Amino acid sequence: FHREAKFQSSRHLCDSAFDSQGEGARSVPLSGHVGFDSMPDQLVNKSVNHGFCFNILCVGETGLGKSTLMDTLFNTKFEGEPMQHSQPGVQLRSSTYELQESNVRLKLTIVNTIGFGDQINKEDSYKPIVEFIDTQFEAYLQEELKIKRTLHSYHDSRVHACLYFIAPTGHSLKSLDLVTMKKLDSKVNIIPIIAKSDAISKSELAKFKIKITSELVSNGVQIYQFPTDDETVAEINSNMNGHLPFAVVGSTEEVKIGNKMVKARQYPWGTVQVENENHCDFVKLREMLIRVNMEDLREQTHTRHYELYRRCKLEEMGFKDTDPDSKPFSLQETYEAKRNEFMGELQKKEEEMRQMFVQRVKEKEAELKEAEKELHEKFDRLKKLHQEEKKKLEDKKKALDDELNIFKQKKTAAELLQSQAQQAGGSTTLKRDKERKK
Amino acid sequence: HSVHFKLLIGVFQQRNLEGYVGFANLPNQVYRKSVKRGFEFTLMVVGESGLGKSTLINSLFLTDLYSKEYPGPSQRIKKTVQVEQSKVLVKEGGVQLTLTIVDTPGFGDAVDNSNCWQPVINYIDSKCEDFLNAESRVNRRQMPDNRVHCCLYFIAPSGHGLKPLDIEFMKRLHDKVNIIPLIAKADTMTPEECQHFKKQIMKEIQEHKIKIYEFPDTEEDEDNKLIRKIKERMPLAVVGSNVVVEVNGRKVRGRQYPWGVAEVENGEHCDFTVLRNMLIRTHMQDLKDVTNNVHYENYRSRKLAAVTCNGVDGTKNKGQLTKSPLAQMEEERREHVMKMKKMESEMEQVFEMKVKEKKQKLKDSEAELERRHEQMKRNLEAQYKELEEKRRQFEEEKVNWEAQQRLLEQQKLDVTMEKNKKKGKIF
Repeated sequence: FHREAKFQSSRHLCDSAFDSQGEGARSVPLSGHVGFDSMPDQLVNKSVNHGFCFNILCVGETGLGKSTLMDTLFNTKFEGEPMQHSQPGVQLRSSTYELQESNVRLKLTIVNTIGFGDQINKEDSYKPIVEFIDTQFEAYLQEELKIKRTLHSYHDSRVHACLYFIAPTGHSLKSLDLVTMKKLDSKVNIIPIIAKSDAISKSELAKFKIKITSELVSNGVQIYQFPTDDETVAEINSNMNGHLPFAVVGSTEEVKIGNKMVKARQYPWGTVQVENENHCDFVKLREMLIRVNMEDLREQTHTRHYELYRRCKLEEMGFKDTDPDSKPFSLQETYEAKRNEFMGELQKKEEEMRQMFVQRVKEKEAELKEAEKELHEKFDRLKKLHQEEKKKLEDKKKALDDELNIFKQKKTAAELLQSQAQQAGGSTTLKRDKERKK
Repeated sequence: HSVHFKLLIGVFQQRNLEGYVGFANLPNQVYRKSVKRGFEFTLMVVGESGLGKSTLINSLFLTDLYSKEYPGPSQRIKKTVQVEQSKVLVKEGGVQLTLTIVDTPGFGDAVDNSNCWQPVINYIDSKCEDFLNAESRVNRRQMPDNRVHCCLYFIAPSGHGLKPLDIEFMKRLHDKVNIIPLIAKADTMTPEECQHFKKQIMKEIQEHKIKIYEFPDTEEDEDNKLIRKIKERMPLAVVGSNVVVEVNGRKVRGRQYPWGVAEVENGEHCDFTVLRNMLIRTHMQDLKDVTNNVHYENYRSRKLAAVTCNGVDGTKNKGQLTKSPLAQMEEERREHVMKMKKMESEMEQVFEMKVKEKKQKLKDSEAELERRHEQMKRNLEAQYKELEEKRRQFEEEKVNWEAQQRLLEQQKLDVTMEKNKKKGKIF
């Protein structure tokens, strides 16, 4: 006897089986119960033993009830006090909690944006968020690239879902919302929600949702779509896709309705019940986010957003899959090529530096030679001047000597005359003297 | 199935409790997605021809893997060891499995069997290489997992112990793939012979430090008891059959002998059911996980370490394996940059020093010249002064003499005048 497949959906899986390796995998019938239908159970058991991990990022202005919503969703009081509006910039604070339900352990990380929307200039508000998401991707990428790695025990910190809290103005999205969501939509699964939606009336809400959706579409913002490719959940998911963005109300306070205590917010005019689907979309959010699509959110993060990040990062570093002739590179070739390129670069740099030094030495030598030359020239000039001075002095000396000589000559001549005159006059003087004496 | 069912009930019970969040439904989500994806498994069978490998596969998977259109390797005579794979698609209970059976015809059949394990090693490594390359691409798509998840090694039922070839093969492959040794054609031994044989084999395996696949302990004690029981029966002695015979009104797979029927699925006849349960029903996923987390990672880290340490002197600290090759290159780059900086600063220092020296020399030379110039200037000035003095003296003398001369002249003139007066020449 034969047992055929009960699942008819596997046509595309047949295709994939044919695609692998280009060889066809032929279908063979089984003549009994082999038992590999336990494979999903084996897989599930392993993952239950391993525990699960989920990371939610809450983006929204201060006071939109992000923390309260998390508390309500997970039915726990997570730590933290309400934040003030006076933060200098946008900061991200993440906390990790270990939750357990039945035999399922969940490591839940909630990341809150603190101070979002509080600044006067919000141009850079999205940056810390993008940086945070990228940092988690980078950490995973680094682990994945290590030589000795432990991926299966790695604590995955990548953001699996981003709940974007829209202020319940009832009119439209703020430009900060559009800018931020546009920057995030290729990096994370965005689920937009209308916060504190008990401030909006039913009719306004419908219009608000339509406005938001059309603005997202016209601005090309890709929000997360609940997957419709698996028949088991296709219907509920496509139905829910039509209710986005979810209008939620959060509350950890309980109010007695009938004979039950329910989570609610009490107003003079009535009580908003969180888990009443007529009052708000909280139940829808919980259903989609946690009960139906948590695993898909993780998968999308890994296979789409992370792969995109990784691809961009590797391309940035110059990695390619094929060489210029479109032949595929093997890993070895790629690394070796990279390494050779890199070594070549280093050597070039070294050479450049050496050359630069040689150049500098040359220049400095020339400079110093120039200085030396100048110095010598200066002193040559001085020497020349000095020579001239000396010459002048010599001339003067000579002149003086000449004068002196002339004078001497004159003097000698005069003295000679005088002595001659004296001799002659001497006798006269003598005569006179003699006469006087007579 | 039972586990899954348990979970579902648990979920429903929980749902009725207050404050049920719902992430307990995660396992169901995982279940659903895995069924959609389908499963793949690659099983390798190694052993001499005639040990019933193909028959065992057919018995395990209750199918005719090798048929007239797709004859098994045993029908063909090989001169050298070949490695051949057959891929089939089987479905059961909504679960789809792509099963690849890798056969090694010719293994151990030659007279000289040295290196007959090499084609096997090459095959396993090449599948790891494919996966590594696919995983390392920039554009990654769905990566089919064709790595060998399990290797069933068939031991001939000699009753004595392992052959040298058995030991050699297992020692070389135990770091590359999960090995499950099987005693083939177990219906040729009595239970006592089989028991003895098993003990002997396990002893030798331990002696040679061969690492065969180990069943992991689970959280539940019950399962652990079962696992311990299985471990006691290792290596599993199996019988396979393509034929269904009738025994006491039941249709069973078995081998018909004149003295009775050796039933494949009878736990008292052989360990086939143990093997099937373990290989397919309980540990198939674990075999894949160990392949992925241990054997493949070993291959990968060996490959990448070879790439990065290529060209670098062997004295490099190989403990750097915690980094990726890129990080390694980064580090090398940084080291090189530091080295260059040091070299640069050294060269700079030498340069500065030389410049200082030269400048100092220049300064000294300048000072010297300056000094000499000063000296000459002073010399000159002194001479000037001297000259000045001389001139002054001369001038003074001249003036005096001239004054004297004038006086004399005057005197002379006076005398002459007196004379002339006396002579009456003047009135």
